[in-house]
Amino acid sequence: MTPKILLDDVHKSFGTRPVLQGISIEVAQSEVIAFIGSSGSGKSTLLRCVNLLESIDDGAIFLDGVDISAPGLNPDPVRQRIGMVFQSFNLFPHMTVLQNVSLAPHKVLGQSKKESESHARELIARLGLSDRADGYPDQLSGGQQQRVAIARSLAMNPEVMLLDEITSALDPELVGEVLDVVRELKSNGMTMLLATHEMGFAKEIADRVCFLHEGQILECSRPTEFFNNPAHQRTQQFLQRVTEAGRL
Amino acid sequence: MVPEMSDHSGTSSLSEDSSRRPLSRRQVFERRQKRRSLLIALASSLAVIGLLVVLIPLTPGWYKVKRSFFNGPILDETFPALLRAFVKDIQIFLWCAPCILVLGMLLAICRNVRSPLLFPLRLFAAAYTDIFRGIPVILTILLIGFGIPGLGMDRPWNSPYLWGSVALILAYSSYVSEVFRAGIESIHESQRAGARSLGLSTSQTLRHIIIPQAIRRVIPPLMNDFVSLQKDVALISLIGPIEILRQAGIDKSKYANFTPYVGAAIIFLLLTIPETRFVDHLMSRERRRTSGTAVR
Ligand SMILES: Nc1ncnc2c1ncn2[C@@H]1O[C@H](COP(=O)(O)OP(=O)(O)OP(=O)(O)O)[C@@H](O)[C@H]1O
Ligand SMILES: [Mg+2]
Repeated sequence: MTPKILLDDVHKSFGTRPVLQGISIEVAQSEVIAFIGSSGSGKSTLLRCVNLLESIDDGAIFLDGVDISAPGLNPDPVRQRIGMVFQSFNLFPHMTVLQNVSLAPHKVLGQSKKESESHARELIARLGLSDRADGYPDQLSGGQQQRVAIARSLAMNPEVMLLDEITSALDPELVGEVLDVVRELKSNGMTMLLATHEMGFAKEIADRVCFLHEGQILECSRPTEFFNNPAHQRTQQFLQRVTEAGRL
Repeated sequence: MVPEMSDHSGTSSLSEDSSRRPLSRRQVFERRQKRRSLLIALASSLAVIGLLVVLIPLTPGWYKVKRSFFNGPILDETFPALLRAFVKDIQIFLWCAPCILVLGMLLAICRNVRSPLLFPLRLFAAAYTDIFRGIPVILTILLIGFGIPGLGMDRPWNSPYLWGSVALILAYSSYVSEVFRAGIESIHESQRAGARSLGLSTSQTLRHIIIPQAIRRVIPPLMNDFVSLQKDVALISLIGPIEILRQAGIDKSKYANFTPYVGAAIIFLLLTIPETRFVDHLMSRERRRTSGTAVR
């Protein structure tokens, strides 16, 4: 069976600075992969490359066996199939919650305004924000804003979700409500790649945890094995530091 | 707790929204503070104005200045004609403003295109803004207003209204395009990433996400430019049209008196002061709407 997503020896530099140095990974349909690694290890860059927000220098990225990193390819249809949620939400501040969620289905998928809005209201309700639909993002808590951002991505019915440290800008007491949404997505069989500093959550939700170090995947394994029995010395050191910082 | 409130109950009469609820000690303090600063401001302003009113008439040349600049009867006589002439200024403003907005936005968008195919457009927009921002408006008006009718074209094409307006549009669209461009560039990259990640195209992102936010952000500097435009319309008088400045000049010669100029200044102020106040009002409303709380 072709993997949902396949990264084949992906390289990416910013100027002379190599950020991704040969990333290869196969992600099966409905699989959840958690990328962990220290700051600057390239987690965000990796996810942005998969969403084609960054172009890659070498290697290839496949979605359902089709090379989406081919030069000259129109990225827009690909992005419709891959949702992305950002650390800083990136909501549109001049639009209401409802408009944030219904904009892309209306403009990109060509749904009628009415259709896109009723679909958006359903999603907003599913994420527990019905009473906020007509408010503006600034009037919401961080956790609510991030849930709106997730709803905005889901409104496009993506086949894959990329979640880039979606809880690290949140107060601890708001993290739970966002993670609940991710749990629900997993139970619905969504394929997800997530970058996270929440080790406990990675352990719980991921099918595989991958350790990124200086733009390379040092190891990828089942969470129990990864956390209890890391193969690589650098992984051990990283987990050690995280444990000392009280995050595991 | 309540009895000590009643001591200060007099202070609450200042505010219109005095509700039945007893005021907290903090509110009482703030109101008293507010009233005190209001009184101080009022007293000091009155003192300064009073001093000016007393001192200026004591200067030796005051009676001459008063006669030739603040001459009541002449003001009465010339004011209606000035007002009528001002309608022309407003007309010119009203047809220039939309052209300037559209052209300015197009130029700003041209300067933002990244496609190499459209590079010439970008170059053109950059040259355009450099040229017209670098020339004083008055020179642009003189060059275009005297130069193009010199080509000897027939009626409506030799009209000074037309070419004066064109000159204003050229000059001001270059200023306005810079304002728009700054606004577009001030929108954080993450907004673009958010939009593109949803599958919106470059132009959809520009149209629905970047430009609406940019416009909101540049309304204050934009309105400043339009208040300037309102005033610079008067420069067209140099190439012929009888608008308010020209009319004031005619009346000045007729009465050998400068009061018509003061009249013209008053008319401008009657328009421009409410304009700027209105913008302030719009801005604070926008702030309240998007952020819920007003930060002082
Ligand atoms: N647009 C850019 N231009 C130049 N350098 C960049 C850019 N984006 C990222 N980098 C660099 O690439 C490296 C990897 O960044 P990236 O954001 O992918 O790390 P990360 O693993 O997500 O870190 P964090 O945990 O702090 O989010 C960093 O050294 C960063 O400085
Ligand atoms: Mg990151």
